Amino acid sequence: MTTKIQKPPVLVVIQLSGGLDFMNTLIPYQNGIIRDARPALSLPMEDTLPLDNDLAWHPAAKALKELYDAGNVAVVQGVGWEHLGGPGADRSHFRATDIWHTCDSAKIGTEGWLAKLIREFDPLSENPVTAVNFGLGLPRALAASGVTVTSIGNLDKFGLMTDIEQEEERAEDIDIFKRLYTPGLGNGMVQDYLAQTGTSVLKSADMLADAPTQYSSDVEYASNPIAEALRDVVRVHTAGLGTRIFYTQHQGYDHHSGEGILFPKLVTELTEAISDFMQDLRNHDASEEVTILVFTEFGRRIRDNGSGTDHGSGGGCYLIGDGVEGGLYGEYPSLEPKDWLYGEDLQHTIDFRSVYTTVLEQWMAVDANPIVGGNFEQIRPYKTEVAL
Amino acid sequence: MADDQIELMAHLMRRVGVGARRDALEVLAERPYEDVVEELLHPDELTDPDQDVFDRYLPVLLATELPESPGSRWIYNMANGPRPLREKMALFWHHVFATAWFKSSHARAITAQIELFRENGLGSMRQILLDLSRDPCMIDWLDNSENHAHANNENYGRELLELFSLGIGNYTEDDVKAAARAFTGWTFQQPWPRYPYSEGIAPIFKFDETDHDFEEKTFLGQTVFDGEDVINVIVKEEACARFISRHLYNFFVADEPGVASWVATPPRDQDAIDILVATFVDSDGDIREVMRTLLNSEFFKEARFQRVKSPAEFVGGVVTLAGTPQFPDFSTTELWRATMLMGQALMNPSSVEGWHTGQEWLDSGTLTERVNFAVKNLMDTSNPGVASIIERVAASGDATPDEFVERCLDMCGPLQFSEDSRATLIDFAEQGGLLSFREGVTEEVEGRIGRMVQLIVSAPEYQFA
Repeated sequence: MTTKIQKPPVLVVIQLSGGLDFMNTLIPYQNGIIRDARPALSLPMEDTLPLDNDLAWHPAAKALKELYDAGNVAVVQGVGWEHLGGPGADRSHFRATDIWHTCDSAKIGTEGWLAKLIREFDPLSENPVTAVNFGLGLPRALAASGVTVTSIGNLDKFGLMTDIEQEEERAEDIDIFKRLYTPGLGNGMVQDYLAQTGTSVLKSADMLADAPTQYSSDVEYASNPIAEALRDVVRVHTAGLGTRIFYTQHQGYDHHSGEGILFPKLVTELTEAISDFMQDLRNHDASEEVTILVFTEFGRRIRDNGSGTDHGSGGGCYLIGDGVEGGLYGEYPSLEPKDWLYGEDLQHTIDFRSVYTTVLEQWMAVDANPIVGGNFEQIRPYKTEVAL
Repeated sequence: MADDQIELMAHLMRRVGVGARRDALEVLAERPYEDVVEELLHPDELTDPDQDVFDRYLPVLLATELPESPGSRWIYNMANGPRPLREKMALFWHHVFATAWFKSSHARAITAQIELFRENGLGSMRQILLDLSRDPCMIDWLDNSENHAHANNENYGRELLELFSLGIGNYTEDDVKAAARAFTGWTFQQPWPRYPYSEGIAPIFKFDETDHDFEEKTFLGQTVFDGEDVINVIVKEEACARFISRHLYNFFVADEPGVASWVATPPRDQDAIDILVATFVDSDGDIREVMRTLLNSEFFKEARFQRVKSPAEFVGGVVTLAGTPQFPDFSTTELWRATMLMGQALMNPSSVEGWHTGQEWLDSGTLTERVNFAVKNLMDTSNPGVASIIERVAASGDATPDEFVERCLDMCGPLQFSEDSRATLIDFAEQGGLLSFREGVTEEVEGRIGRMVQLIVSAPEYQFA
């Protein structure tokens, strides 16, 4: 802990939906057992990008390797949780995603962990852009009653009744809209939620109106959804609206088949987008306060199925940022067949709530216990201290 | 003014379709409710609008590379076709069996799957699951083509049990493995190489016996051999009846919490679910019978505005009300995109988990899209639906602000608005004073009615079906 940042810390969460094959991202390339278990995915050794004597990056993760080499990436290995219901209990996309979103592996949680964090920062819901989601549909991680989140499909056209050309008429309609969406008493929960959503639309649209035009950048992002979403994060972050949490998803990691072709495409898109994003933030002198957390709902089965991999466990997380002390954290799960969970899965070595707790306490400077529902051991992946 | 029968018909049509215009409701309301339900349950006796004319006017809809074209046509048929329940059942099964275009990038394949649901969506559960398991787009989507006799791929076996028929907690991990083995060799082929010849030709089912595991398996305690046996066991399980009944309740009656929480959260109306389950069991899983019970039940008739409209329902409802797009208007092709921006890309859901329904449809982004789409379609008073509302409001003569609001709510639904919302609209109406037709239907009068309709569709109440 050497330096202190003065700006309020910001968390950017990237969810990789479908279940990223962690073992194929950071490959135990020298390990014969794994080579034998995964003939369909095995790459020529010279194509991989060695990290140390045991692990090598998949070549598609080159951009991430470069950030890692520069000391900006903490890889958390073997992330998971104890499966309470035996084999396969949590191998459902639904269930696993819910567990990550609500921090509850025993029953169905109702409140998202980030929603609780938003409540911490903005208890009276005064700033509708405290948290901003890019994408269609709000992830459960951000949902809880009384918590406002701005969800943006298209930042450039974000606003209400933009087709009404007559300014006066539009202003009047928006005023009436405001009245129609004033929360009433005893209208019911969904109605209350809707009223609150309508009210925040108006406020956030006002706040975000100038963000797209204020931003300019030399970084040329690729044209794909994750790159565009991360560029939008920079546009809103640099507008200085007090946003503390950004969220977006990168979809398509459910590689039961064709993993050899589909996985590299997605990982290239993702890691290049992250690299461009970091560069863009630095160009705007806006990188030191930002941490990226990349997670996925589960890892995949140790043995391939001839073309891809089925749902498994023992995934990984990445913490990325200028405040991060790069390196490997946690322990890579044992590859010895005797240690395989249910004879086919990686054993997790660190609970996902440890990762959350680390980020919450050491970066967001809040008490993690009520958010993640317990005390979890922390890792030490930051070199910068948050001054707040 | 609205009477009970018209309100009931409006409710029925919102649920079996995307809603009907006031004039259509009046015709329906003259018939006994059960007769209308019976006709809806037998879509085979009616025919679609001439789809060839469609293709001739809008060749762009024939383009088969993207889900945009068939998706737009589907929404158009939901709003304008004579067989709303056929389209709605197809949408229902698409919700439950969420399959996406993006994996195969083969629009003909996903269109063929939806066509199965249109044809047989009111058939037996057994046949529906059999069709589904043999559907090439599903086989590709959940990798059953990679499920080999000696190298199982569990994806389809697992989702068939978890998401398509029984729900979590009603099978074991061993049952998943047995199901996967039973479906080995169920694959598909493309009649001709896809490129450059047969982009427009759907793939077909193929049973590859050289790649099928013929051994005996134990599935849910019973001896099975192939996928058909597995389905025969599934449809006899009460868990299947419960799972599908709850889905039907959520889709047609009232919003339930997300599917993932069903294992822990009891249904909002256990009695209603029990009634549907009993029909399912008694009829051997005949979906038409279950739907007859559902639509004629008191719990259905009473559940007014208890569901947040899905984007397809919202978009279809708006264009029905506005009378847009008029065939063969080019804007027909934009319907799919509208629902996509509201979080429901038909034929292209983001995962097999499907869409989260109810309140989860709505966030600040999707609400903005909904309001903007509704306003854009209803702001033009020359659109036939809006023109018809104006004409009918005028037909009743001069209106006080109070009457003005009432009449518009009636013509847009009939809709139920809260006291607060009503008061807000009346305040707005009062700014213009008495709505007078003394000088005929002037531009000013048209403008006032058009604005009122715009505000009504922007209101929170309009989000519910």
